[in-house]
Amino acid sequence: MDYHSPASFAEASALAANATGVTRFLAGGTDVLVQLRSELVTPDTLIDIKKINGVSDITRIADGSWTLGVAATGAEMSEHAELVSDWPGVVEAMDLIGSTQVQGRATLTGNLCNASPAADSVPAMVAAGVTVTVTGPDGTREVAVEDIPTAPGRTSLAKGELISALNIPARGANGGDAYLRFIPRTEMDIAVVGVGVNLRLDGDTIAEARVSLGAVAPTVLLVDECAKAIIGTTLDDAALETLAAAASAACNPINDKRGTVEFRTEVAGVLTKRAAKTAYARAKGEQA
Amino acid sequence: MALDDRKSDFKFVGTRPDRPDGLDKVTGRAKFGADAYAPGMLHGAILRSPHAHARIISIDTSRAEAHKDVKAVVTRVDFSDKVEFKPGLEGEFWNVLENVMAGEKALYDGHAVAAIAATSALAARDALKLIEVEYEVLPHVTDVDKAMEPDAPVIREGAADYSVPEGMHPNVVRYHESGHGDVEAGFAEADLVIEDSFVTEATHQGYIEPHACLATLGNDGKGELWCTTQGHWIAQKTCAALLGIETSQLRVTASEIGGGFGGKTTVFIEPVALALSRKANRPVKIVMNRSEVFRATGPTASASMDVKIGMKKDGTITAAQGVFRLQGGAFPGAPGDMTAMCAFAPYNLTNVRQVGYDVMSNRPKQAAYRAPGAPMGAFAVESVLDELCNKLGLDPVDVRLKNAAHEGTKASYGPRYERIGLVETLEAAKAHPHYSAPLKPGQGRGISCGFWFNHGGETSVSLALSEDGSAQLMVGTPDIGGSRASMALMAAEVLGIPYENIRVTVADTATLGYNDVSHGSRVTYASGLATIKAARSAVEKLCERAAAKWGIPADAVKWENGHAVPSGPNAGDFDPMPLADITADMGSTGGPISGHFEATPEGAGVSFGTHIVDAEVDPETGKTSVTRYTVIQDAGKAIHPDYVEGQYQGGAAQGIGWALNEEYVYGDNGRLQNSIFLDYRIPVASDLPMIDTVIVEVPNPGHPFGVRGVGETGIVPPLAAIANAVSKAAGVRMRQLPMSPPRILAALKEDG
Repeated sequence: MDYHSPASFAEASALAANATGVTRFLAGGTDVLVQLRSELVTPDTLIDIKKINGVSDITRIADGSWTLGVAATGAEMSEHAELVSDWPGVVEAMDLIGSTQVQGRATLTGNLCNASPAADSVPAMVAAGVTVTVTGPDGTREVAVEDIPTAPGRTSLAKGELISALNIPARGANGGDAYLRFIPRTEMDIAVVGVGVNLRLDGDTIAEARVSLGAVAPTVLLVDECAKAIIGTTLDDAALETLAAAASAACNPINDKRGTVEFRTEVAGVLTKRAAKTAYARAKGEQA
Repeated sequence: MALDDRKSDFKFVGTRPDRPDGLDKVTGRAKFGADAYAPGMLHGAILRSPHAHARIISIDTSRAEAHKDVKAVVTRVDFSDKVEFKPGLEGEFWNVLENVMAGEKALYDGHAVAAIAATSALAARDALKLIEVEYEVLPHVTDVDKAMEPDAPVIREGAADYSVPEGMHPNVVRYHESGHGDVEAGFAEADLVIEDSFVTEATHQGYIEPHACLATLGNDGKGELWCTTQGHWIAQKTCAALLGIETSQLRVTASEIGGGFGGKTTVFIEPVALALSRKANRPVKIVMNRSEVFRATGPTASASMDVKIGMKKDGTITAAQGVFRLQGGAFPGAPGDMTAMCAFAPYNLTNVRQVGYDVMSNRPKQAAYRAPGAPMGAFAVESVLDELCNKLGLDPVDVRLKNAAHEGTKASYGPRYERIGLVETLEAAKAHPHYSAPLKPGQGRGISCGFWFNHGGETSVSLALSEDGSAQLMVGTPDIGGSRASMALMAAEVLGIPYENIRVTVADTATLGYNDVSHGSRVTYASGLATIKAARSAVEKLCERAAAKWGIPADAVKWENGHAVPSGPNAGDFDPMPLADITADMGSTGGPISGHFEATPEGAGVSFGTHIVDAEVDPETGKTSVTRYTVIQDAGKAIHPDYVEGQYQGGAAQGIGWALNEEYVYGDNGRLQNSIFLDYRIPVASDLPMIDTVIVEVPNPGHPFGVRGVGETGIVPPLAAIANAVSKAAGVRMRQLPMSPPRILAALKEDG
């Protein structure tokens, strides 16, 4: 196994482009090292990107949007009061991953690139409209989060490409987001269903919405029908029922050790209603 | 000298001092299984079958042997060929050998087929990939009911013992039937009879420390073994048999143990490490990873059960009957007999009949897990009792009190009870504020009783006094629950010297006589009894030395509060002589003073408990929260109440896991799907409420201080108590464990 710690993303990209066999990028390592130890993935090339300048920075841009370095950890996000205030749903989704120890290492970018359909932070990022900057042999490009995973364990990143930054839109006025997941325990578990909801109000009426589901299909879903079900409503009971039905209808899950098709489909509707209520309350400035 | 045999006033017993091993454990100084190293040590790794059932056509180890870092490769031929196959449990050494290294067939996913010793753990792991095994995959079965069907694949012909009636499938290897009275007549007298069926999945003890050992065995047949175990004498005996060496030539030392709960009462990797060491002529260390622990150690049995109980309108049970089918993996040993015998044991029944089956399937060989077999039976029986109470509008505690067994009751499994404390636990439950606390909407309350036999077992203890008046106590039972503290308290009570002045050591197999495993809730009872008697034998010698100094007869001296004193005014007028004054010159007054005791004590004293549980169910997701939990159990006499309470809480915590989310999940291919803690869902700390405890003390007549073992009874009631609470909260009877959210939601949907 070859280990590299490049000083720039361009160098990292070049190393990956020229590597043979299995290549993995190492940021937090909370998936890569676990997979290595359990012999699921034994990389031939391991490229540590933590030593690149600025990779742990959390920066608010003048327009109110945010740039997060690829090695910014869950713990650093949760301790960043302004980020928590702007995007509580994104931060709570990240915060649900693993233990306190894991929070000190785990990153949004790693959670995305691991490409698990059950990744907690991904539905929250999709709902929030987060994009990533991808650096590759041909320079950089900006890609929506929902376009990164293509199947369980697979991404749209080409050989030599890696994510070099993560961009969260400006929160703006009257907006709120929320993430909820179902697990049979209270923590330290993998989502059986995950739901991210992000919306903006005009008065009491929902003007914009994005709803994303995790763990109910091969990739995280952005569900337009869910957004349509609540846009133009005050999230009244009828809207919530339409929302739940749309969420359940979007599910294409599997039976496995973590849950059944019927369970995931049903609970996706339940959690979508609950997450929407929280996001709505947050958009109104209520504590939730 | 005069010694009271029975004691009820205590100076040390019943207090809560720090445990002697506490500092070592919180600072990391304690040495567990994986903490041993030796010069020239190699690392072992084990190749395991990916198939649930397969004939081993060939094993080619040549490429592995050629690897520069590999020093030895072993397969079944490297073990003794003198271990005899016998039916049932008579051939247990053969069963263990077959389990630690497969013979002609791989019998479950994870079954060991070969092992390597190499210069590093990584090299050993990588070299496993160089071993080529050719398998002929065979049909498999992992479900207990399917394993009994006529067309089920046969795991092993001839494994059934004499108890199995003719005509049963060869996978049924042991059969138990017991009871008394006429159940049919009893059912005819009932106002209501309920018959129902229940299923539980296999669970793992989930001890935090994986199995680990360091083994040395020379060609001279002399060996040393360091391992994490609940019993190093059984490890010694078994390993010696499997390696074909003399028992006494293998010295086994028990490491500190990071949990066992019954799962470390046998061997898995130890004989393999010894075989590798003998071949490589170097020490070999093996440490299991968690996945190996789940796949290839001893989870508990899964069960399928039918229970029928008849009751009169006033709550009197007229008859009870149960059939309990337990699956224990690819070997005899599933505790169907224990399940049957314990199921109705709390009740005073005129008519009772119970049947237990021990069934083999393509799963790992089950091992003991706290009160093996009893929790499943209690789940079925106490669920039916709960339903009878619901239907007849009766209070569940009152009904249990009405039918409770007491001193003189003929137990469902045969003998008459001596003094027992079931009624006291039920009365304490009824009086406890928990039982009358109001419930919120969506919550339900359940109760259950539970029983376990408890055990004595071979026990040997030595105590030696030092010149400065301190004492060292050597016991042979690994400390799995704070027993060093309890032993020191009991020794202090007899010797009359401070608790802190007694050092308790778990002796190795070369320095003490045979000791049975730390199991059966026996340690505080049996090692405790032996400690008391060893200390009394030392006291007898102390009194003799004092008598000699005073020039009076030995029987004119008695022992009080750590001093020799004249037994009465006629004995003479001497100042009390402290223990340290006697030991200071013991070398010149007759030699070192020590005490010893060995026996197989028979008066363990059965133990009962009653649990009260509140649960809340989210009707939209089927998720359960346990909101309040109270354990009430008879301890006879709590020597160190902290560790008694710890046992109660631990039983409840493991029971909550078993009831709600823990299960072995097998795929259609017979492979275990959830062999890591991420997907084998034991409760995390935030899943548990504060677990309240009430220690009931109805002294056991079979122990000098009244001790009853407490380690196992605590896991018997939780499955049923939680199921009864969840069934009330959800409004639908849950008959299958675990009551995971998908199962509860499906039951709610079905119920409409």
